[in-house]
Amino acid sequence: MTQAMEVKTLRIDGVDVSARADQTILEAARENNIAIPTLCHLDGLSDVGACRLCLVEVAGTNRLFPSCVTRVEEGMQITTSTDRLQKYRRMTLELLFAERNHVCSVCVSNGACELQALGQSQGLTHIEFPYRFPQLPVDASHERFTLDHNRCILCTRCVRVCGEIEGAHTWDVMGRGEKARVITDLDQPWGTSESCTSCGKCVEVCPTGALFDKSDVGTRARKHPEFLTYLNEMRGGQS
Amino acid sequence: MISVEELDQIAETVRTERAQGRHQINVCVAAGCLALHSDTLKGALAERAQSSGISCQVRGVGCMGLCSAGPLVSVEPGAILFQKVKPEDADRVLDSLKAPPAKQHTDLRQTPFFKRQFNVVLENSGKIDPENIDEYIAEGGYRALFHALIEMTPAEVVQEVASSGLRGRGGGGYPTGLKWGTVAKAHGTIKYVICNADEGDPGAFMDRSVLESDPHRVLEGMTIAAYAVGASKGYIYVRAEYPLAVKRLERAIREARRLGFLGSKICGTTFEFDIEIRIGAGAFVCGEETALIASIEGMRGTPQPRPPYPAQSGLWEKPTLINNVETFANVPPIVRRSGAWYSAMGTPKSKGTKVFALTGQVKNTGLIEVPMGVTLREIVFDIGGGMPEGRKFKAVQTGGPSGGCIPEQCLDTRVDYESLKEVGSIMGSGGMIVIDDTSCMVNVARYFMEFCMSESCGKCIPCRAGTAQMYDILQRITRGQAGERDLELLIDLCDMVSATSLCGLGQTAPNPVISTLRYFKQEYLEHIHAKRCVAGECRMAATQAARS
Amino acid sequence: MQAPSRKPALPSEDKRWRIVNGTMRRHGYARDALIETLHTVQQSFGYLDKQSLKFVAASLHVPLSRAYGVATFYHFFTLKPPGKHACLVCLGTACYIKGAAALVAQAEKTLGIECGETTPDLKASLLTARCLGSCSLAPLVVYDGELIGNEDAVHLQGRLEGWMGS
Repeated sequence: MTQAMEVKTLRIDGVDVSARADQTILEAARENNIAIPTLCHLDGLSDVGACRLCLVEVAGTNRLFPSCVTRVEEGMQITTSTDRLQKYRRMTLELLFAERNHVCSVCVSNGACELQALGQSQGLTHIEFPYRFPQLPVDASHERFTLDHNRCILCTRCVRVCGEIEGAHTWDVMGRGEKARVITDLDQPWGTSESCTSCGKCVEVCPTGALFDKSDVGTRARKHPEFLTYLNEMRGGQS
Repeated sequence: MISVEELDQIAETVRTERAQGRHQINVCVAAGCLALHSDTLKGALAERAQSSGISCQVRGVGCMGLCSAGPLVSVEPGAILFQKVKPEDADRVLDSLKAPPAKQHTDLRQTPFFKRQFNVVLENSGKIDPENIDEYIAEGGYRALFHALIEMTPAEVVQEVASSGLRGRGGGGYPTGLKWGTVAKAHGTIKYVICNADEGDPGAFMDRSVLESDPHRVLEGMTIAAYAVGASKGYIYVRAEYPLAVKRLERAIREARRLGFLGSKICGTTFEFDIEIRIGAGAFVCGEETALIASIEGMRGTPQPRPPYPAQSGLWEKPTLINNVETFANVPPIVRRSGAWYSAMGTPKSKGTKVFALTGQVKNTGLIEVPMGVTLREIVFDIGGGMPEGRKFKAVQTGGPSGGCIPEQCLDTRVDYESLKEVGSIMGSGGMIVIDDTSCMVNVARYFMEFCMSESCGKCIPCRAGTAQMYDILQRITRGQAGERDLELLIDLCDMVSATSLCGLGQTAPNPVISTLRYFKQEYLEHIHAKRCVAGECRMAATQAARS
Repeated sequence: MQAPSRKPALPSEDKRWRIVNGTMRRHGYARDALIETLHTVQQSFGYLDKQSLKFVAASLHVPLSRAYGVATFYHFFTLKPPGKHACLVCLGTACYIKGAAALVAQAEKTLGIECGETTPDLKASLLTARCLGSCSLAPLVVYDGELIGNEDAVHLQGRLEGWMGS
């Protein structure tokens, strides 16, 4: 872009900040060390605004805005952590925990799980909603990786990284509503997928124990989604 | 290329034919009457007329509105309407051409069902043959298009629509003129016009009826819109459940192309526009603008966060105008007669008329069109004829799964966007279902929540997981397995799901619960505490478990 | 959108593949023709199987997982062969208020299957619809495309038993 990017000034949680016009509220906040919880967002992938954890309040309207996809505007007054927002965030996390079968103590990602960490940081002490206990399979057909639907939160990071970065588009979502599930190719065992390059990017970006490397079982292995920012920089794309 | 003079000529020919003193026997061939075999009836009438040497024209026409009395047959001139006509009644209908009609066929047009209505959108419904463009032209069709293209600038068309006060008839009520203006001003040489005919609300069939009865009106409205905003391509997104509407639209598009109302050099000007039909595949969420766009692009119909709005970046990221069927159907009369004429009807904030599908436990069911501002009581008790024998009114449901249930004490509410919102419902697309005391209101809420749960696209968490939890709670209440805490959770979820969901489906999914809680909380409490369903609809499974 | 340089061969000699191909050609093999093409496949073959999804995905250059995701998103598409007869109960609000739930229960009992299923002998499928838009005739059932209004459980049972006996 030859034209100099316009700069906007706005206020987040009482702090005056400036941001480029093409930046989102989330980017502006994080640049200024204001933490907004996220789950479906990942630096380096497109944003879908699906998890609703990053909703913020904007003065002058009752509507809540997903900070990951809302661009900054001049004079915006944003609050990122009101009682109302915190209540909604806790409920969102509770809904996720109750939706499938999240049992941290027996999960490969115990201690290295973004959902678990968010539960802790948002002060979640117990799950008010009854667990729905859907019967979901585990796919261990791939020689290196495992897919456990019981721990999937449908953030679609795997779908996006596979389509946008690896370019294989092995993953997508089938069905809809509470019956939605991530799939490889024609909903076939992962190990039989013709399009999968076994690159492992999906595993690295998965925030929970839904996708894991078989060799990591029992090691509490942390995942390393930072590779995305690096890849994008090397490709000359957005940082 | 057709000229205005030729248009006049077509209209004149149709009128002369009609004026030759020949009777016309009009048989409704819209889906409702067709399901009652009105096509067979039409055949029988034509055959009997021929064999007995009676000179008359037997035509298929669109919906006459009073679907509960179908198959409907009208005889012109004379404006006599026959109800529940069977093929064996053919002779009796034909006899009426000579003598006054038989007594069992009283003239329904004089009943409140018809007299209390005012038709703009439905002005041709039940009068013209939807499969014959000449008949639409004879009623003044495509005049508005000529007028707009030849005598108005695009900006003037936008201004005329804005001055009419027309608001989106799909349910949102967004000012149509404002929407058109935004798309017209959006940068870009490629723009699209989309007609949303994905009529998803259960209990709503306004759009189906308009498309089946008067398809050219929608095409004309879309073409005028395209001229106003600068679009050259249009799509009509129709539900797969409406095969007859698709068939009539396809035919109408072919006929319109033939006469140069679609294609290049429309009406002899340089304006180009064409329309393609896209058939939905059974997803309620595709009624949401961004999901509909995704579906036309051949993808899963999941909504996208707005902004950007389709007016700036819609189909294939181009500026896109989306209006629903009824909105477009209002456009030709507005352009033909003027925005001022239209805005003289209705209330200060809701102008014009609204089409409703009146169904449920009410005597007269069918399609009606009333000026904005009439009361719900007039609709249910005058036009609808009130409750069937022995039934007691409980509520009227408007707005489908995004709406609410309005109780007896609010029946004097006027039909306009704001008033319906105040009483906890919405205008919606026009479904109006009358509920009597044999229906349990908790179960009605459960029904709609089941709908929203299984129609949720699954993208955002509040809608996907929240509707499932709400459904579970409602299920427990109707089974007598719920406690006080469940009700608190339900209320919390209503607030959270409506505030945080990504699209309109999730944001409005709690409405049926909120409105039944507002007016029928006692029923919820009786289910929870006394394990009793006053309507007798719910089976309380676990009275013993609850006691222990 | 550019037409793919090489198109996959038709899966078999079956003439219906040419109809499917025709739809794709009419849309210039553009990716957005996916749903239109799946409609044609279902019209021609009665359902979408993996072979047809593979063929369509390859022809339109759509990833397999996306084709499958689309096919399972929309209720209208079915991935299982349908029964010889189809009974479709409308569950729109007007039909529900007038007792559609009892019709579903009766149909499930008579056929011994749940909604969305087909009898093991492939004689009948039981389907539900969100709303067919003929609400004045509620409750509504469609038997093999024939719409019956003001339906009751006794008539429904007779009709279904007729199918199962044939």
